[in-house]
Amino acid sequence: MISKRIVLHFPHRLVDQPIICKLVKDYDLQFNILKAYVTPQEEGLMVLELSGEDAKFNKGIEYLQSKGVKIQPLSQDVIRNEAKCTDCGVCVPICPTGALAIDPLTRKVHFYDNKCIACELCVKICPPRAMEVRF
Amino acid sequence: MRTIKEINARIKKGVAVVVTAEEIIDLVQKKGVKKAAQEVDVVTTGTFGPMCSSGAYFNIGHSRPRIKIGGGTCRLNDVPVYTGFAAVDIYLGATAIPDDDPRNKVFPGEFKYGGAHVIQEIVAGKDIRLEATAYGTDCYPRKKLETLVNIKDLNEAVLFNIRNCYQNYNVAVNLSDKIIYTYMGALKPKLGNANYCSAGQLSPLLKDPYYKTIGIGTKIFLGGGIGYVAWQGTQHNPTVKRKDNGIPQAPAGTLAVIGDLKQMRQEFLVGTSMLGYGVTLTVGIGVPIPVLDEEILKYAAAKDEEIYAQVVDYSQAYPQMVPGSLTEVNYAQLKSGKIKVEGKEIPTGNLSSYSKAREIAEELKSWIKKGDFLLTESQAALPGAESGYTFKLLKERPIV
Ligand code: SF4
Ligand code: SF4
Repeated sequence: MISKRIVLHFPHRLVDQPIICKLVKDYDLQFNILKAYVTPQEEGLMVLELSGEDAKFNKGIEYLQSKGVKIQPLSQDVIRNEAKCTDCGVCVPICPTGALAIDPLTRKVHFYDNKCIACELCVKICPPRAMEVRF
Repeated sequence: MRTIKEINARIKKGVAVVVTAEEIIDLVQKKGVKKAAQEVDVVTTGTFGPMCSSGAYFNIGHSRPRIKIGGGTCRLNDVPVYTGFAAVDIYLGATAIPDDDPRNKVFPGEFKYGGAHVIQEIVAGKDIRLEATAYGTDCYPRKKLETLVNIKDLNEAVLFNIRNCYQNYNVAVNLSDKIIYTYMGALKPKLGNANYCSAGQLSPLLKDPYYKTIGIGTKIFLGGGIGYVAWQGTQHNPTVKRKDNGIPQAPAGTLAVIGDLKQMRQEFLVGTSMLGYGVTLTVGIGVPIPVLDEEILKYAAAKDEEIYAQVVDYSQAYPQMVPGSLTEVNYAQLKSGKIKVEGKEIPTGNLSSYSKAREIAEELKSWIKKGDFLLTESQAALPGAESGYTFKLLKERPIV
């Protein structure tokens, strides 16, 4: 069983195709959409938590790639510019997943990028703008 | 028990005992106030939080031919600066933003760049674009100036904050049913989060609640360099309610501080953007507290559990000037990550960085221990709790 959070980049021509449905029907995968941007003029972007049996998961990913969907592990999506972060902690209550958390001893704020769902809530509220979006 | 002169003599000999405002808490717990007061010479404090009332003035030197920027206009990296001084003196405020910033027209505005960011870049040693216009006089004929400037070429570059180092501050919450964007950060609806802004047990004025040692002329750590307390800060309000331990329960005293920007470091003067609100400067300040007697030490050893702040609704009460608060909480509760307000447990966030405050208190301690930083006698006291000096609201009167 594999469960991963991934970012899918859809080229424009695929935006109106039932690709995610296929993942369910043909590969038995489960998904949870964390975020989706699909604008008619641009490419689509979807943040997905995808899980299923190992072999089927890999087949599903192959299918997506064969269709021209670019796949990126989620951790690359929102990053923290360590030089800019002042460890204030104002982002901590804003982050819905606990990806930003304060260490009770050092009082430094840690960024656990594996927990980040790229909701981007922290990006604009961070006072020195240390949280950056990378696509 | 001891005088500042005696402490300085010990600093010069390299034998002064210096501890941070955190360390003194443990020490007093272990040894008691009396013993700790005998042993310790200086307690260092620190704070690192956003304060809009920050700014810097510069003398850019005379151009050839001369220009009189006073009465004209001037911009640094497109951010307007104040020009109502003499020929080449200008003042840059932290909250100033370029004319073409969309402000809050596209709500909530992002305020990506402003005076505070320019100050950080100047301190970082970057070249800054200066554009000025003037009306021209017989002695100052030039009407236009466009040049790059760099901090190392300026005559004076001085940080001057008319208010900083707030002695305690509100905890901001939102009772309404939509998100609000404030200088205390984004506040989620229906008590979704609570934001506070103080280093609590490390914060300078909380460790000297009656301003017994911090006064006009006190030498301090300012933005990574050396500065001085110049005056009481604006909105200084020492007469607020205090607990039995003397610590104000609401925003109280403030300091106006001044120091040479050329000595400062960009990691302690950080350009800050508050979504939907504006630009502000986050400033690092550290103040040494000389342990002159047991009483001073007792105050300096106050801990988070004993320091209380008011929880205020920023959706209605704060903007509409409705007095009172929802409840009060202490800094130990705030730092635990959640507080209880109106029966609901809500997560807390700090606008001021406790880890940076700790770094500042440690750095000041090492300066003193190395003999690089001697203490000053304050030249005059700040208005105290009994002074009657209070923060007044604007009395609006119609213009007839
Ligand atoms: S809000 Fe920004 S600066 Fe503050 S701790 Fe979070 S990431 Fe760091
Ligand atoms: S993008 Fe969202 S999930 Fe990721 S760290 Fe920021 S607030 Fe948390």
